[in-house]
Amino acid sequence: MSETPLKYTPLNDLHILLGAKMVPFAGYSMPVQYSGIIEEHKAVRHEAGLFDVSHMGEISVTGPNALAFIQQLITNDASTLYDGKALYSAMCNAEGGIIDDLLVYRIAENDYLLVINAGNIDEDWAWMQNNNAANAVLKNRSSDFGLLALQGPAAFDILKKAAGFDASVLKYYHFACPDATSFLGLEGVIVSRTGYTGEVGVEIYCAAQDAAVVWNALMQAGQEFGLKPTGLGARDTLRLESGFCLHGNDISKSHNPIEAGLGWVTKLDKDDFNGKDVLVKFKNEGPTRKLIGFVADERGIPRHGYEIQGPDGRTIGEVTSGTQSPIMNTGIGMGYVENKPEYTTPGSAIQISARGKVFSATVQKPPFHKSN
Amino acid sequence: MNFPEDLLYTKDHEWLRVKGNQGTVGVTDFAQSELGDIVYVDIDTMDDQVAKDGVFGTVEAVKTVSDLFMPVSGTVTELNSELESNPAAVNDDPYGDGWLVKITLSDPSECDSLLSASEYAEMVGQ
Repeated sequence: MSETPLKYTPLNDLHILLGAKMVPFAGYSMPVQYSGIIEEHKAVRHEAGLFDVSHMGEISVTGPNALAFIQQLITNDASTLYDGKALYSAMCNAEGGIIDDLLVYRIAENDYLLVINAGNIDEDWAWMQNNNAANAVLKNRSSDFGLLALQGPAAFDILKKAAGFDASVLKYYHFACPDATSFLGLEGVIVSRTGYTGEVGVEIYCAAQDAAVVWNALMQAGQEFGLKPTGLGARDTLRLESGFCLHGNDISKSHNPIEAGLGWVTKLDKDDFNGKDVLVKFKNEGPTRKLIGFVADERGIPRHGYEIQGPDGRTIGEVTSGTQSPIMNTGIGMGYVENKPEYTTPGSAIQISARGKVFSATVQKPPFHKSN
Repeated sequence: MNFPEDLLYTKDHEWLRVKGNQGTVGVTDFAQSELGDIVYVDIDTMDDQVAKDGVFGTVEAVKTVSDLFMPVSGTVTELNSELESNPAAVNDDPYGDGWLVKITLSDPSECDSLLSASEYAEMVGQ
């Protein structure tokens, strides 16, 4: 079997110039860190960080049946969207398993953009094409876009200085499509008040060939604000501190949105959608397991795959994500446990077991770190 | 990258400084650089006799856990307790403040099987 060659984002040369440590991720060569994960993590919490997330996939959905297609595809209710509004959702298979989580942008009536995880682009794209009874016009535009995430307390100041764009007028999960005169002379830019860090910030979509222009403008403007290039390593510790799920770890086709705590984006009173029947049943019967967050009480770092035990040492579940919080300097994690109040209620005592060692932890509802 | 001439090295990226039958063990500059920010050093083999290539602890970076392998057979006589509050010393000063354990060698002749600085540098392509 021949190995699939790695793909590169439009900013690959810049990352190498910046001395990034590049790693294969989801089929792409991606920067995992530049100066160091902890320093980059703190930059995002205290100043700002700039991420290249151009590996993410973009699918455009257009035509008179665009909304009908999306409503069938996702668990959340896209009929609540209006122009300039985005929402977060899961998309499930017929068994209620989470194929992916995604953002849905309503650009205009009958014009939507779906943003999906890089590692799932091929599978999602095949699924969408095979589940398009509504006959919407689908286009896989993943290679057309560059995507930068500018995140942190100084993000709005930096964006304003770099591109003259005032993002403070955008509400959370809202976006704007500035015209070329108001954004570095570039066409087709989307500035979205979204992110994966728990900090204020924006995600900026642009044409792939314009990504370097946007990156350089932001880095230059950000110098006085302490902006740092930030890699996937910090992206992971930041999202975990904020309690955001990572598809492939905390959610997957083996998990459903009810047990994953994604009931808030699962609108069971909506008309039919993929997986609805099964999810209604899960909801009514109550899930057998539940995704919890926890904080270590003593030295020890939870990791994906470690065992979660009750106070009596009995196995009750498994860690799906874990790290040492760079801000709190303690172990934090998420994982599935038996759905019993004594294991899922915040404050419950549990244990994490790995490599023959056990350390105690306390169930806590994320975010573990709350930004100002 | 720095690989002091007076140390011996393993293929697993530990170094050993020997004086008579007393040794000090750490991880190399290359290892700390590959691991990235080290956040936890976990060694609970104090007073244990650990065989050559045996695991004497783990070092955890933000994203990874790595076993630590003993370069030569010996008994652990001292832990670097400073690392409990400052594990980043392994990154900042891998051959100095970032040392991991001190040992009494069981068989100093095992040192012959270890790599010299230049052999190690060649192995890691530096």
